[in-house]
Amino acid sequence: MNSSMILSVTTFVYAFASVLYIGSWTFKKETMAKLGFFVLVAGFTGNTMGIILRWIESYKIGYGHAPFSNMYESLVFFSWTIAVLYLFLELKYHERIIGVFATPLIFLSIAYASLSPSISDKITPLIPALKSNWLIAHVITCFLGYAGFAIAFGFSVMYLVKPLESGSGKQLPNSGEPRTHANFLFARLPSLDLMDELIHQMVMFGFLFLTIGIITGSVWANSAWGTYWSWDPKETWSLITWLVYAILLHLRMMRGWHGKRIAWVSIIGFMAVLFTYFGVNLLPGLHSYA
Amino acid sequence: MAARAAYVLYNGNLMEKTIMAKNGLKNRSGNPVWIFFTSVKLTVIVLLLLAVTSIIGTLVPQNGTQAFYVHKYGEFFFRLFDVFDIFDMYSSWWFVMLLVLLSVNIVVCSIDKLDSTWKIIFPDKVLFNVERFRRLKNTEMFVSNRNLESLESMCRQLIEKNFSMAVSEETDQVVAIFGERGRWTRIGVYVVHLSILLMLAGAVIGSVWGFKAFVAIPEGTTVDSAFLRGNDAPVELGFELRCNAFSVSFYDTGHPEEFKSSLTVIEDGKESFTRDIVVNDPLRYKGLSFYQSSYGVDSAKSAVFKITSRDSGMTYSVKMAIGETIDIPESGGKFTLDEFVRGYNFRGHNLGEGFVGRLSGNNDSDKSGLDTAHGSMGTQHGEADHSEADHSEADHDHNEAGHSEADHQKAAGRSMNSNETELYIPVKFPTFDKMRRGAFAFEIQDYEKKYYTGLQVAKDPGVLYVYAGFVLMIIGCWITFFMSHQSICVEIRKKIAADADSGKSDDADGGYDILISGTANKNSQGMKLKIAKIASRMRDI
Ligand code: HEM
Repeated sequence: MNSSMILSVTTFVYAFASVLYIGSWTFKKETMAKLGFFVLVAGFTGNTMGIILRWIESYKIGYGHAPFSNMYESLVFFSWTIAVLYLFLELKYHERIIGVFATPLIFLSIAYASLSPSISDKITPLIPALKSNWLIAHVITCFLGYAGFAIAFGFSVMYLVKPLESGSGKQLPNSGEPRTHANFLFARLPSLDLMDELIHQMVMFGFLFLTIGIITGSVWANSAWGTYWSWDPKETWSLITWLVYAILLHLRMMRGWHGKRIAWVSIIGFMAVLFTYFGVNLLPGLHSYA
Repeated sequence: MAARAAYVLYNGNLMEKTIMAKNGLKNRSGNPVWIFFTSVKLTVIVLLLLAVTSIIGTLVPQNGTQAFYVHKYGEFFFRLFDVFDIFDMYSSWWFVMLLVLLSVNIVVCSIDKLDSTWKIIFPDKVLFNVERFRRLKNTEMFVSNRNLESLESMCRQLIEKNFSMAVSEETDQVVAIFGERGRWTRIGVYVVHLSILLMLAGAVIGSVWGFKAFVAIPEGTTVDSAFLRGNDAPVELGFELRCNAFSVSFYDTGHPEEFKSSLTVIEDGKESFTRDIVVNDPLRYKGLSFYQSSYGVDSAKSAVFKITSRDSGMTYSVKMAIGETIDIPESGGKFTLDEFVRGYNFRGHNLGEGFVGRLSGNNDSDKSGLDTAHGSMGTQHGEADHSEADHSEADHDHNEAGHSEADHQKAAGRSMNSNETELYIPVKFPTFDKMRRGAFAFEIQDYEKKYYTGLQVAKDPGVLYVYAGFVLMIIGCWITFFMSHQSICVEIRKKIAADADSGKSDDADGGYDILISGTANKNSQGMKLKIAKIASRMRDI
């Protein structure tokens, strides 16, 4: 059993968890979401084991580095960070149904890693520039940030697809606020207010970690090349992402934006995250970065 | 005004509202420029412009050569882009203007608001208003049958434990206990904004008083200056730097594992100290930092030749240092190894790296294979000729390694006695020298490379400010996001329900209603949970 195999199996476990969450939403069966939670925990366990095993394998081969060094490893780790953050949220808020749009992201990331023919799961040695403890801090914090934004994205989509109902009379049990929207079809979905709050929480979480991620990246660049900022496309795009979310925070905190408008900004922000992650490699450049 | 109102509404904090309103009147009545810069709309617009325009610089490669751009975009667009500094947009006047606008915005906003925030953080007297708490939405209520003293002391204890201060006050309904914490966290936003100013200041300081340069030092060589990036002007280091050795190790996959230079700092002719640097571990000395950034083959130290005798068919293996002369076996004369060249022009073809030497004192003067006319012979050192030279370590120095050419120009002009034959022995083509049909054919078995190390030299007195900004940014974000100014009120009231006329004595045996309400300037969800937690603790006791 090697790490790649464990991670392939994990991919399918995550897929199953997503199906259960989505099913529980469409068929309004809470038991499915309950089961989904346990399947998700199982997938997360596999994901964790896979990463640890891969770390050990890299030492056995003699390259000895943390498993955060190429596209495959980062995607697997991305799944892991979304999963850990999501599990934390579900345990904290006891709202099963919020996983509908978040869990598929966990699956998609690792599925892309495992199934895309252009992404190799081979363990490769680190080039000298990557040999730094800053790399580990940088990758972990960036991906925690991305995970926060990914989940905020999931909630934003959920917020937007949930029809703005005119009161069916049902008050949600978890919200004593007078202007709570209740809806017959989505009665068991968390209230819009809660989702709005959760989007905000996740954006703040993501923003803090993206900030630390950019900072550790720049400290690292400064120790490797003597410039903490060189405006290369990846750096610039991470700054653009950071700016989008800074705008979101100001709109919310200073101009009182809420709900749909914030959900849209959060979706734009996540597009910037995806571009920073995947799109940058498509850009032209004087230097071709790996 | 709308923005301000929304903000106050969100915080639901009355005290703040009054102070803000007072201040607002004072400052707003004034200067329109001031008002312009206090606007959050401006902040959002400028941040948006920064984000959007930054994209341009990722689509159009920055700081390329004119030829590159004309080729890529055509003459017209080249001109157009050039007018707007698109090719170096992050230091263009308009991009810098946006940053200046942002800084002014932050400074003006902070000044505008600091006064009122200060009054909230350090009030003359903290006043609590029960009425205000009674109107809050965040409320929990339960009934207790304990007596008043124990209820009051229990509530006080709980509040003292969870908040930084507790105050009791008699009310028309018996008693209320207030608690609050985190007044100071309102400073968090200012810390974040200050950190941005610090980083920008650091960047300015770095660009005005710092520099970025590059120097290539062949092993065993000493330099005292480096060359500025961009215009190649020399800058004095203020001391001398010698590269003792450079080494590169490889993984079994052929990927490089580590680049290492051993450097010695020499001051006033005396060696100060010696240190090894690798890619992520620069040498820092006297305000300068030296980063391992590239390397290349400068020349060779020695070579091992296989010499094959045409007559006897014997082969000999000889190791020679540069400049050394040996006697060829079988009395074949002498051979002097003159130098290593990175390129060699043979009938219009560049044969790449090799060694140049001289044969003398033999009768073997048939030079059929090799055209020794000096005109066609010359060593070339252009970048394209390096087979292995100039490996930039993921950095930007491709253009900067064209350095020690001068050392080798002499090759073309070396004077040669008539009884001497110049030999060129390429590294890549082992049978080349056989074609000369001499008495002995030379072939390179092995050679010891002499590298140069490419160092990025940076002086950046602004880094300290930038790093201070980094630290403040993280602390400030933490405070802003996860901490808040919370206040709570536990009111103990006579139970109203049941029999309406029994409300005569304070320790009414009908028990007490306990009303817990609270507010926070941020994260109302968290405050709600906290109130619920405290309520359940009170119930349990
Ligand atoms: C990117 C650079 C930033 C700029 C140019 C900027 C600028 C501003 C400005 C001009 C204001 C209005 C101040 C006022 O009216 O009192 C403001 C408010 C605010 N900003 Fe920023 N900001 C930036 C980044 C951030 C970040 C990263 C955070 C997150 C921690 C943040 C959090 C806030 C908050 C919470 C407020 C409301 C202030 C208050 O409650 O008084 N800002 N910002």
